Amino acid sequence: MSVASTTSVTPRRGQRLPPVLGVVLALIALWYVAVVPMNARETLTQAERAGAIIDPPTAVDRRDMSSWALVARNPGLLGASWSLDRPRLPAPHQVVTELYASTIDEEINGRSGIVQSGTLSNRSLVYHGLVTLNATFLGFVIGATLGVVLAIGIVHSRVMDMSVMPWAIVSQTIPIVALAPMIIVVLYSVGVQGLLPKAVISAYLSFFPVVVGMVKGLRSPDRMQLDLMHTYNASKARVLWALRLPASVPYLFASLKIAIAASLVGAIVGELPVQKGGLGARMLAGSYYGQTVQIWAALFVAAALAALLVWAIGAAERRALRRMGMAP
Amino acid sequence: MIEDLKAEVPGQARDGAAPVIQASHLDLTFQTADGPVHALKDVSLDIPKGAFVSFIGPSGCGKTTFLRCIAGLEHLTGGILSVNGMTPDAARRARAYGYVFQAAGLYPWRTIGRNVALPLEIMGYSRAERADRVARVLELVDLAGFENRFPWQLSGGMQQRASIARALAFDADILLMDEPFGALDEIVRDRLNEELLRLWDKTHKTIAFVTHSIPEAVYLSTHIVVMSPRPGRITDVIESPLPKDRPLDIRDTPDFIAIAHRVREGLRAGYQE
Repeated sequence: MSVASTTSVTPRRGQRLPPVLGVVLALIALWYVAVVPMNARETLTQAERAGAIIDPPTAVDRRDMSSWALVARNPGLLGASWSLDRPRLPAPHQVVTELYASTIDEEINGRSGIVQSGTLSNRSLVYHGLVTLNATFLGFVIGATLGVVLAIGIVHSRVMDMSVMPWAIVSQTIPIVALAPMIIVVLYSVGVQGLLPKAVISAYLSFFPVVVGMVKGLRSPDRMQLDLMHTYNASKARVLWALRLPASVPYLFASLKIAIAASLVGAIVGELPVQKGGLGARMLAGSYYGQTVQIWAALFVAAALAALLVWAIGAAERRALRRMGMAP
Repeated sequence: MIEDLKAEVPGQARDGAAPVIQASHLDLTFQTADGPVHALKDVSLDIPKGAFVSFIGPSGCGKTTFLRCIAGLEHLTGGILSVNGMTPDAARRARAYGYVFQAAGLYPWRTIGRNVALPLEIMGYSRAERADRVARVLELVDLAGFENRFPWQLSGGMQQRASIARALAFDADILLMDEPFGALDEIVRDRLNEELLRLWDKTHKTIAFVTHSIPEAVYLSTHIVVMSPRPGRITDVIESPLPKDRPLDIRDTPDFIAIAHRVREGLRAGYQE
C-alpha cells in the first residue's frame, strides 16, 4: 500500500511568503488596469454630462468603438473609472470598502446590526455567510457519510460496483444549476423547506468525490496484506475495520477537501432559487439591481470561506495522520 | 515421486504421529489469459514434525505456490494435501500456521507492538494476554524496547524481524516463510539466518522456507527440496547431514560444500530437462 510520502521538501512559511505576495500584487495591478477599459463608456458618459468634451463627441460614434480605443483617445478623462457608483467592474478598493461596510460596519453601527439589535443584520455578509455555512456543513456531513457508505458497499458487493458507480458518474454530468430548482420544488411539495433542500444539493455535489476517493482507498491494500488477513481467518468486517479503513484515510482526506468546496458551491446554487438569505441569494440580488460591488463582495466572502474550509480539512488531515503515525 | 522423510527424522519416532504436512500427487493449473499454466505437477512430499524444510528453485518452479497451497491461499486442482491432518482450508481456519511474506507488510498506522498484536486481536485474545505475548515474541526476535515505534522508524531487517514476531505471536506450530530475507543485504541476511535457527531451536516449530539462495537453504535446513519449472515439480530432496548446532562458518566445511554442490546439480538438471 502506498502511503502519501511526507518527505517532499516544503518551504517554510517565511520562504513561501514573497512569491505568494508577488502573485497577489500582480493580480491586483492587473485588476486595476482592467477596470479602466471595462468602465470606459460609463466614465466618459459621466464626464460628458459634467461638461467635458469627449473624442469622438457623439454617443453613436462611440458605440461601435472598442473600449481600448476610447481609453487611448481620452486618457485625461478616466480618473473616475475607479470610483463609479455602479461600475461594470469595481476596483479592488471598492470591493474592500463594501466588504467592510457589509460586515463590521453593518454589525457595529447598523440599526439591525448585532450591537444595536442583538441579532445579526440580514443586510450583512456575516449573516449571509453563516446561512450558507450551515447548509454547507449539513450537506457535507450527509454527502461524506453517503459517500463512505456507498464506497464500502461498492468494494464489498459486485452488484453494487456494477450498479451504483455508473449512476454516481451520470449524476455528476447533469448541470447542478438545472437540477437545483427541481430539487427545491420537489422537496417543497412534500413539505420540506428551509435548510434541508440546500443541504441536499450540497450533498449531491459532495458525495461523489468521496465515493471515488474511498473506493480507491478501500482497495489500496495490496494482495499480500489481504492474504495476511486471510491467513488469520479474519472476517470481512474485521478486514474492513483493521485494514481497509485505516489504509483509506489519506484518500479520504484528499476527497473531503474537494467535497467541502463542492458543498459550498452546492449551498450557494441552492440559495439562488430560494432567495431566503445566504451568499447565493445575495449575489442574485446584486445582479438584479446591477450592484456589481455587492456581487464581488459576496464572491470574496465565498472564496474566503472555501479557503478556510479546505484549510480546516487539511489541518484535520495533518492531525489524523500524525496520530496514526503516518506523518512525522 | 513420493518422498517419505518421516522415517529419517529422529524427532518423528518420538512423537510417533503422522507428518505435519502430507502432500501426495498435487496438481495445480492456473487458467490465465495466455492459456493454462501448470504450476505444480505430481508433487508429493511429507514434512515431519519439527523439520526445517527449504524449497529452492528458479522462478516459476512452484515453490511459493506450494507454500500458498499449504496455507490454503491457493486451491489445488488435483492430489491430496493435509496439514495437521486437516484440509489446508480447515487448517487455516484453525489458525495452524503463521505466514511470513516476502515483504514485512507491517501496517504503517500501527506501532510495532500493535502490529504484532494484530493476529491476537483478530483471534480474540484478552488485552493482558496480548501484552504478555507481544512482549515475549519481541524479546524472542530481539526487538524488545521497539514496541512503541512505528514501522518507518525501523530498518528493513528489523521490520522483517517484527513480521516474524507477528507470525510467532499465536500458538501455531507451523511457520511458513516465503523468501522472508530476499530483499535484505547479505550481512543482515546472515544474522537473521542465525537468529532464525536459534528461534527454531527454541520454539520447536515446523518450518517451511522458500528461498532463492543455495547457501541459505543449506545453512538453515534439515531437508532441502529442489524444484524445477515448467511444470513446477520436485527434482530432489536432500536430507542434510549437518549437525543441529550451526555456526556461520559451517559454510566453509566440506560437508556444507558437498550439499551445496548437490543442490546446484539438482537445479541444473531441472533446467536441462
